[in-house]
Amino acid sequence: MGKPFAILAEFANPADLLAAARAVRKAGFRHFDCHSPFPIHGMDRAMGLKRSPLGYIVGGLCIVGASIGFGLQTWVHTIEYPLVIAGKPFFSWQAFIVVTFALMVLFGAFGAVLGMLSLSGLPRLHHPLFHSENFSRFSRDAFFLSIEADDARFDRKETWAFLESIGGLNLELVEEPSP
Amino acid sequence: MTPVQHSGSREIDSNRPYSLEKSPLSRILLGIGIAGLVLSLIGYFLEPGRFYFSYLTAFAYWTTLTLGALFFTMLHHATGAKWSVVLRRGAEALSMNLPWLFIFFLPVLAGIHSLYHWSHADAVAHDPILQAKASYLNTAFFIVRGIVYFAVWSALALLLNRHSLAQDQDGEEVHTRRLRQVGAVGIVLFALTMTFAAFDWLMSLDPHWYSTIFGVFVFVSGFLVAVACLTVFYVFFRKQGILADTVGISHFQDLGRLLFAFTVFWAYIGGSQYFLIWYANIPEETVFYLHRWAGGWRLVSLLIIILHFLVPFIALIFFASKRNTRLLGVVAGLLMVMHYINIYWLVMPTVAATDAVISWVDLVTLVGMGGILMWLFLERFRRNPVIPLQDPDLSESIAHHP
Repeated sequence: MGKPFAILAEFANPADLLAAARAVRKAGFRHFDCHSPFPIHGMDRAMGLKRSPLGYIVGGLCIVGASIGFGLQTWVHTIEYPLVIAGKPFFSWQAFIVVTFALMVLFGAFGAVLGMLSLSGLPRLHHPLFHSENFSRFSRDAFFLSIEADDARFDRKETWAFLESIGGLNLELVEEPSP
Repeated sequence: MTPVQHSGSREIDSNRPYSLEKSPLSRILLGIGIAGLVLSLIGYFLEPGRFYFSYLTAFAYWTTLTLGALFFTMLHHATGAKWSVVLRRGAEALSMNLPWLFIFFLPVLAGIHSLYHWSHADAVAHDPILQAKASYLNTAFFIVRGIVYFAVWSALALLLNRHSLAQDQDGEEVHTRRLRQVGAVGIVLFALTMTFAAFDWLMSLDPHWYSTIFGVFVFVSGFLVAVACLTVFYVFFRKQGILADTVGISHFQDLGRLLFAFTVFWAYIGGSQYFLIWYANIPEETVFYLHRWAGGWRLVSLLIIILHFLVPFIALIFFASKRNTRLLGVVAGLLMVMHYINIYWLVMPTVAATDAVISWVDLVTLVGMGGILMWLFLERFRRNPVIPLQDPDLSESIAHHP
């Protein structure tokens, strides 16, 4: 087996997991994660997660999309291929709004989907925690908390004892197989 | 007013009245209302040419606002919304002004010949377009329609309020189901009456001009200002310590989201109307925008685009700004002012085609009607429990956390 990846602890119910997340954060750990079959109310705050920057990614791409949409039409209709349409001026900004809006939404949607994937580290086909037999229950009926070995405060013995002290069950050291 | 206090456990004590004490504010509002109406009466004699248009603008402003509150309540019930349970009494109390607004509608009927060109028989006799529209646009049918609109709206408001208040007493679940039915059916009735009311009262000011999206534009504007008005109220109540731990930041955030969404939707509908008319470029349609782009009206048009759309849009787009009650209150206040200017922009160019001139009669009719209506609202809100005590979703609404 390779080097340790994380210590995994199971908790009896969502409330215990929420309390454990709070305790782990309070103890100074930063590289830890919670795993549950469904979202738990208040978990973000308990884990001390910050708001996702996704909104700003989407907003930025919306501005880019709108600029491209408006710019392309302006360039085509005034410089590259001016054509009289319905007797309107070449630069008819009113008519450009629809495509500008559509490209803004398109870029924003791409930003939302791709940004969400990249921020959550997806697509990812494997994760070291999957080496744990017990962990397969995370999507059914069990609540887990894992503290990763690369956390500055991680210490195999102390962290193990700490997780036990806050009520962790079925503790397990999950290792990363050496390549 | 004394704040409604909650125990730490956030449980509802059904023995407590949960209503507010008498406030000097309602007397002030009543005073402003009476003074405004007296001045309006003076305005009627001093500026007869202006009066009815000022009055119609004020009437349309308060009616659309009140209808927005009615729609808020019906939407809440029809969708089974839970977050807004604690805000419902505000919207309900506002919507109960609809029967009273019928009284304020009567002067519009009295001024029908001053307001509506199509109501003159000699004008119709020389105008083939008005002749073709005469089966709809005639005085008798106009009055009947107005009465029907108010009958429908008042009935809906009464039903919604009666079941809601009855549930406070008996706690029966049947009221919740009944309210959902009223909400669902009511929205259909509301959509029709609101659309035709907008056609009748505002669009027919220029009887040659037409826009099928006009009713939606007026409705969206009304709903937006109703949410803005509720936001201002609840921010004000929060400042007074009323409902401070019942209506929380997450409720304000949702109000902010509604304000943001409907600011965008308002611009979308207004833009669509403009876009189609601009594209087709048919003189009988473009006249609407030509009037509103001439003289001082150009400034008003630009002001509406900037302050009714751009500024609220940018102010409300950020997560943090919707959780800042002070900013939210300011933006909601701005939207309340801009809704008036929006209605003004719909009505006034028909009487002052060349320039936007503001008259003191505009102000006194607006404030007079508003003082009375807000006084009625505050008194009703104060007397009844300020939250629906026995609503099955109340505790979920209090614990609301997005």
